[in-house]
Amino acid sequence: MLSLTAVLFTLNIAYGSVTIPLSAVLELLTGQDIGVSSWTQIILESRLPQAATALLTGAALAVCGLLLQTLFQNPLADPSILGISAGANLGVALVVFLSGGTLGNLAGLGAGGHFALVISAFAGAFVVLNIILYMAGRLRSNLMLLIVGIMVGYLASSFITFINFYSSAENAFLFMLWGMGDFSGVTRQHLPFYLIVVSVGLVAALLQLKPLNALLMGERYASNLGIHIRRTRITLLVISGLLTAVTTAFCGPVSFIGLAVPHIARLFLKTGNHKHLLPFSLVLGGAVALLCNLLTTFPGHAGILPLNAITPLLGAPVVLYVLLSRKKMGNIH
Amino acid sequence: MNKPIIELQNLSIGYLDHRPHKVVHAGMNLQLQRGELTCLLGTNGAGKSTLIKTLAGFQPALAGHILLEGKQLRSYSRKTLARLQGVVLTDPVLSDNLTVYELVSFGRYAYTGFFGRLTAADHRAVEEALTCIGIPHFASRHLHQLSDGERQKVMIAKAIAQGTSIILLDEPTAFLDLPSRVEIMLLLRKLTVEQGITVLLSTHDIDLAMQISDKIWLMAKRRQTECGTPEDLALSGMINSFFDKEALAFDLHTGSFRLQVSSGDRVSHSLSGLPSFWVEKALTRKGFRIVSPTPGVPHITTSGSSFFIDQTPAANVEEILSQLRA
Repeated sequence: MLSLTAVLFTLNIAYGSVTIPLSAVLELLTGQDIGVSSWTQIILESRLPQAATALLTGAALAVCGLLLQTLFQNPLADPSILGISAGANLGVALVVFLSGGTLGNLAGLGAGGHFALVISAFAGAFVVLNIILYMAGRLRSNLMLLIVGIMVGYLASSFITFINFYSSAENAFLFMLWGMGDFSGVTRQHLPFYLIVVSVGLVAALLQLKPLNALLMGERYASNLGIHIRRTRITLLVISGLLTAVTTAFCGPVSFIGLAVPHIARLFLKTGNHKHLLPFSLVLGGAVALLCNLLTTFPGHAGILPLNAITPLLGAPVVLYVLLSRKKMGNIH
Repeated sequence: MNKPIIELQNLSIGYLDHRPHKVVHAGMNLQLQRGELTCLLGTNGAGKSTLIKTLAGFQPALAGHILLEGKQLRSYSRKTLARLQGVVLTDPVLSDNLTVYELVSFGRYAYTGFFGRLTAADHRAVEEALTCIGIPHFASRHLHQLSDGERQKVMIAKAIAQGTSIILLDEPTAFLDLPSRVEIMLLLRKLTVEQGITVLLSTHDIDLAMQISDKIWLMAKRRQTECGTPEDLALSGMINSFFDKEALAFDLHTGSFRLQVSSGDRVSHSLSGLPSFWVEKALTRKGFRIVSPTPGVPHITTSGSSFFIDQTPAANVEEILSQLRA
């Protein structure tokens, strides 16, 4: 799996509107001078940050999806389905609107501006997460919870439309583009910040193996084994809120990776044990995101497809398959 | 007399999140004796499940005290409690995609560190638990490959691996077929006898509970809870008064419940041994009242392998019943 990811990573750097020979890519990645300055420029300034972003975002979204699926005990839990990314969107839209600027120039403010974006996305995501969590306590039915999540998502999208209506045409267009998802949003300057925040989230998730596994038995059994349920819930929500927020702030709401990757991982590993599932989902998420990114630069076409046109193509069939084969598998986790 | 391992003092149970608080049962004074198998019997809605959840610490008591080993239940830390009380609940386990071994090993989470890594001692405890339940060969099976009865055993194995001195079970025999129910009960019996574990389980299986438990707790709506050996509760008429419905009566002679669908038709017999038992059973089921031989009342006799009703032969119980009805 790791080597597959490495191959995809290299391919991501080699393919694009300008094709760079694989040998040159490998040479540059291993620290040698390839002599063609335009290639070096493209790789270091554009493709390498983009591939790294795809890797990190995919890993973050997949882990996020897994945490939410276990926490909500629902196979359909995922940042985009439960309206969490919509909440993050709303946070971003509000900040952009209130600061009077455009998404473009806010991102241009450097790390400070991005920090504001992440904070606003986090606030938005966290508000939605708390609504969902509160409802999760009140509604025993997961189906109802899902409907609540979808409705909250619609509400957030509706507010975003209002905001866009009152903002400049240019800003609204930029926002729409951003909503299609894009791994090129993280420039080389922002990459270290992105890397650190995502890594903190991923490491924090890996530290939750024991409570996650205990939750597989249900909250009461977990509580009987000495797991602090409230603290675990809040920890998992903060981690998934952070990961959703930071990825959404930089890459837009990327759909389906969070939902589908944990299911693919379960199909592969045939286990619900997070000890195996979590690290595998993390790597697989990175690989799937790299594959999707590769497919956006479809050969034979000069332009670049929006990311959210690709992810459902891969994700939706997987989710359908898992749901339809549910009888066979009994429970889905 | 031994000090009870769990003592309820004037306990009220119910739900705090209702306004006003919904009290399910109030003023309970009960004791759970160390190393005994206690069955919690009661009608639907009497609060059996609520009591188990309250004892396990999943929900707070509304009033009164729960003393565990002489100390207030709520004074125990989560961690300590996890090593004192194990539970088997009606909650379905979410993940089917775990092996039996993995699930049972989760019982060791009460002991393992931050990452839940199992030590050699933990692995030994898991294997012992599997052996104790008689399913060591199931270790690598996935949960979705198991029957309901086998799953229930796995959950009990989890509680054993947890190494607690008390195991609380909420209706562990519900939804199981009769052989599985008996098997689970015998298993719990074995735990109390061989390992000295104190077991409290709620159940609707009055017959099984009467035969197998050391003590019985009786619960019913708006009634004082009762506690005693099955025999004392039977002799004092408690069992009858808790469960008496018009069509159902507890038979003090057989120690089991009997359907009462009496039509009042009288019949007498001069059978003995097994035929007597089974023919009487069939007659009672059909609502006949069995009386001593009286003129004018049909009289059943036997000769060889055949029955006779007032000289008319009847080959088997089915024919006896059809002739009496005719």
